[in-house]
Amino acid sequence: MASDNEIILRMEHINMFFPGVKALKDVTFNLRRGEIHSLMGENGAGKSTLIKVLTGVYAKTSGDIIYCGNHINPKSTLESQQIGISTVYQEVNLCQNLTVAENIYIGREPRGRFGAIDWRKMSNDAQKLLKNSLGIDIDVNQTLSFYPVAMQQMIAIARAIDTRCKILILDEPTSSLSDKETEKLFSIMRDLRDTGISIIFISHFLEQIYAICDRITVLRDGEYVGEYDVKTLPRIELISKMMGKEIKEGEIETTQSKSKARESVFLSTEHLTVPGKVKDLTMNIHEGEVIGLAGLLGAGRTEIAESLFGLNQATSGTIEVEGVKVSVKSPMDMMDRRVAFCPEDRKSAGVFGDLSVRENIMIALQAKNGMFKHMPRAKQNELADYYIDLLRIKVSDREQMLSNLSGGNQQKVIIARWLATQPSLLILDEPTRGIDVGTKTEIEALAVSLAREKGMSVVFISGEMGEMVRTCSRILVIRDHVKITELAEDEISEAHIMQAIAGDYHGHA
Amino acid sequence: MKLVKTLLAASLGALIAASAASAVQAKQITIGFSQIGAESEWRTANTNDVKAAAKAHNINLKFSDAQQKQENQIKAIRTFIAQKVDLIGFVPIVATGWDNVLREAKRAKIPVLVMDRDLTVSDPSLYVAKIGTDSVTEGKKAFEWLDDYVTKNNIKPRNGGDKLNIVILEGTVGASATTGRAKGFNTALKNSPNKDRYKILASQTGDFTRQKGQEVMESFLKSYRNDIDILFAMNDDMALGAIQSIEAAGLKPSKDIIIVSVDGVKGIFQAMKDGKSNVTVECNPLQGDLFFTTAEKILKGESVPKSVFVEEGVYPAEKAAEVLPTRKY
Amino acid sequence: MDMLKRFSRSSLALPLAALAILLLFNAIFVDDFFKIQMMDNGNLYGRPIDILHRCSSLIIIALGMTFVIATGGVDISVGAVIAISSATCCVMLGGDISGIPHHPFALAILCSLGVGILAGLWNGLLVAKFKIQAMVATLILMTAGRGIAQLMTDGQIITVYYKPFAWIGDNIPGVMVPTAMIIALAMILLVVLLDRKTSIGLMIQAVGINPVASRYAGIKVTAVLFAVYVFSGFCAGTSGLIEGSLIRAADANNAGLNMEMDAILSVTLGGTLMIGGRYFIGGTIIGAITIQTLTTTMYALGVPSDCLPAVKAVVILLIIVFQSEKFKQMFREYRMRKDQLKSGGKGGKEAANV
Repeated sequence: MASDNEIILRMEHINMFFPGVKALKDVTFNLRRGEIHSLMGENGAGKSTLIKVLTGVYAKTSGDIIYCGNHINPKSTLESQQIGISTVYQEVNLCQNLTVAENIYIGREPRGRFGAIDWRKMSNDAQKLLKNSLGIDIDVNQTLSFYPVAMQQMIAIARAIDTRCKILILDEPTSSLSDKETEKLFSIMRDLRDTGISIIFISHFLEQIYAICDRITVLRDGEYVGEYDVKTLPRIELISKMMGKEIKEGEIETTQSKSKARESVFLSTEHLTVPGKVKDLTMNIHEGEVIGLAGLLGAGRTEIAESLFGLNQATSGTIEVEGVKVSVKSPMDMMDRRVAFCPEDRKSAGVFGDLSVRENIMIALQAKNGMFKHMPRAKQNELADYYIDLLRIKVSDREQMLSNLSGGNQQKVIIARWLATQPSLLILDEPTRGIDVGTKTEIEALAVSLAREKGMSVVFISGEMGEMVRTCSRILVIRDHVKITELAEDEISEAHIMQAIAGDYHGHA
Repeated sequence: MKLVKTLLAASLGALIAASAASAVQAKQITIGFSQIGAESEWRTANTNDVKAAAKAHNINLKFSDAQQKQENQIKAIRTFIAQKVDLIGFVPIVATGWDNVLREAKRAKIPVLVMDRDLTVSDPSLYVAKIGTDSVTEGKKAFEWLDDYVTKNNIKPRNGGDKLNIVILEGTVGASATTGRAKGFNTALKNSPNKDRYKILASQTGDFTRQKGQEVMESFLKSYRNDIDILFAMNDDMALGAIQSIEAAGLKPSKDIIIVSVDGVKGIFQAMKDGKSNVTVECNPLQGDLFFTTAEKILKGESVPKSVFVEEGVYPAEKAAEVLPTRKY
Repeated sequence: MDMLKRFSRSSLALPLAALAILLLFNAIFVDDFFKIQMMDNGNLYGRPIDILHRCSSLIIIALGMTFVIATGGVDISVGAVIAISSATCCVMLGGDISGIPHHPFALAILCSLGVGILAGLWNGLLVAKFKIQAMVATLILMTAGRGIAQLMTDGQIITVYYKPFAWIGDNIPGVMVPTAMIIALAMILLVVLLDRKTSIGLMIQAVGINPVASRYAGIKVTAVLFAVYVFSGFCAGTSGLIEGSLIRAADANNAGLNMEMDAILSVTLGGTLMIGGRYFIGGTIIGAITIQTLTTTMYALGVPSDCLPAVKAVVILLIIVFQSEKFKQMFREYRMRKDQLKSGGKGGKEAANV
């Protein structure tokens, strides 16, 4: 691999304008044959934009792309795929209501006689592909939506691998995978590299970058910072290059002291049961605490959060807010009691892509006030500006469409939407998924400071243990929709959480 | 013995008489009739007349409503064949697609009599005759009345020119009534000794509706407000719409602009009575009597022409008041 | 210049440009196209008035349609609802030649509007409550509606001789502008007011863009959907009154025939996408005027009846292509290249100077 230093892709002096914004400024990117190359940068640094220029989603304003010695200018993802550049995106881009096999072979179905689709061959091929390349054995004739997001991600990767590509782009592929699945993916990536495929890997997990990558190109604010060999670049230096400032190692790991729970209980549930979702949940949420819900994917953390917000209706049990029993029929019932919820699936349940940042921020408050108590425009602007400033949301102006923002900034806008409703309880479901290190730290710190300084209750859900350990002052461990145990602040550690999930640790009690 | 003979003869006579009576009864004609549906007042009047005429002719009528669907009509005709009716009558909803079912009727030796609408078959012997209105004659009558009226009243062009300007509101493009009426009107105009007196200024479709008639006339008036002398509307509804446009333009319908239309619906009689229109050429839906008369002739074995037309009247404004109360549609 | 630039970027620029081209064409080829006269009775008279008068009812249903389409739905029953509404009014007034109405005029108007709202409630029930796809749900009333209108009028065209009925479609004596135009203007004002002074517009767009996220943000999605279909029904009821009054009759077969298609076309010509989301009230109004202008142009030019639909279709096709995203992009790229060429040329000069 090291002997083969042939550069397969050269992107030179790439410039790219969005209306009013310069998204890429004179960016250079070189990719060698048979290497895993990471593209690093904070949200909004231009990683996704660069990838989209390469794959023909966006047209570059100027610059050259030289691929295998030829100038190319792909006009669509299909065109880039045909010349051997495949992408697996951060959010799964497959068709939910088609089968797994159809998803893998869509657009290039195996044909039998008379040009009819050979369904049997398609299923067999799909089955074989998943088994051989990823070691997954599933029913490929099930619709995709039947499988969890992690599995869908693997299927997307399988599809990309099978299109015989020379360059494979993985945009945040691991954000919804478990450690075991990630490890499997990495071994596949190494195998692919050894066969001469070049991989562009985008991830926010530093550990993963260092575990798998050969080289790193860093971007910041749409500009090229530099290209580095992973072995010779200390982590702390990478971080400071991404953020553009000197920082000390400790700053990323522990941010600040945690928030202390206050005496008074804000919300409590007793024997709350939602069929198939929540089983007999009894818990208290105190004012001023960050309470974590830990568990494996699918353990029922999100379902609990949704039930607290009135999205699911309980068949038995009660919810009390500030000591008063609440009959919960819709989210509005909980919003009226100052509960806010940032959903896990940002794209489908949070983002209004075609609405402006301002509208996205004011919408929940407006819904709460009722549509006839229309907020004057000046008030809306003030509100939007306040939160753009408070959460340091990177926008050209408040009227920018939300879809033009990076994932991390979109998440901040959604948090702003809920902070605008002045909640007493803020539920954050996977608020840092697919978000760069800098923003992630900011969101963690925000959760803690809201609890500590404003006395807000925060429910924090994350699949990343480290994050839970850093932010939560108490953790409920969930398995199979049941609360198994609670961990108090002095018990919280990754090891304890894992043991608790495994059923080997039951806390002090 | 003599008494016995007389008795026997009498009873025999009674028997013969009875059987003869039953034979007469069996001779009542049964006719299957498939109507399109009830899409307009005109059609409703047509249906009602068929039913009434059947009663008057003492005919056993099997009536079937196709609800605007050809397959329903074909089904109905097959049923009539199975029931061995004496004659089948129908109003073809579309012109084509009848060959098979009519061949079945022919094989069953049941004569077919078409009413009101034209149809196209590969073999003309598949139906005996067609009863109906004659849209070409309607157009022709419209022009002839107009020409006569202009001559009698010595009408002069409003703009002082040497020609009377005509605008035409056509019916739905491609409909047989539209092409026929246009043909009749234009041919009569071309063959008239007074043809140099007229000029067709504009012609546009009004889709046989009031709304479009009004809208198109409005546009004609914008272009030629002071030039139009005559309006020929291919149906009454368009004429009724156009009258409103003419009034809105500050002109007097029937005085400033002579209005000639076709159909003879109630509304136009009211308009004529109010002095807002000049004449309507009737398109007669009362075809039942002619239909059954022709049917009886066919069943008796008499020969009938391939096309039989109902009598259609021309109703100028002066007759309107008198006719209006008797109009059924 | 700056204003011009800002205007060229605004959403109304393309629909307005299309209309302007059409009007320019008329100004050149049709005599006296823009001439407006005052009639003896004080009414305004001329082609521009005709256009605005004729498209009033189209504008009204297109306004309702804009909101429906913004939620990601469509209401193809409006044409049939127009037939029902005009039938209701005419049946209640009755066809007496004496001109004496069977019921008070005000009651007839209220009933017509009520019938429209009722139709909207029905559509809303199917779409919002039973989650039936909008096209299918409104198809039911589209087919059944004309039948209902036929039943009401007993298959007859009921001509109303009661004089004030004509005032809705024409002019109220002494008022120079046709009443239909005034009603349309009032509806536009109502919609603009709703859009500006309440948040209903924001909620509608949110539901159209992302119904799941709307629910998560506390928006009552069902209520919003209900509201847009009811409003669309109300608009169709209003249009029905105008359409009936224009011909002073209830023509169940032809009243509002195919108007749902014209309304959808107006909305899309105005820049609102069928997938829902952002809507453009101004665009819709311009779209409706464009469609009527096109029809009037065809008449004024004397295009023969048999090629009328084809010519209309070609012009509409041109307008739609002209406004398409791809075309806009091509235009932007062209302009950018021109700009680059310009700046490149300058750079070259400077280099030469050095």
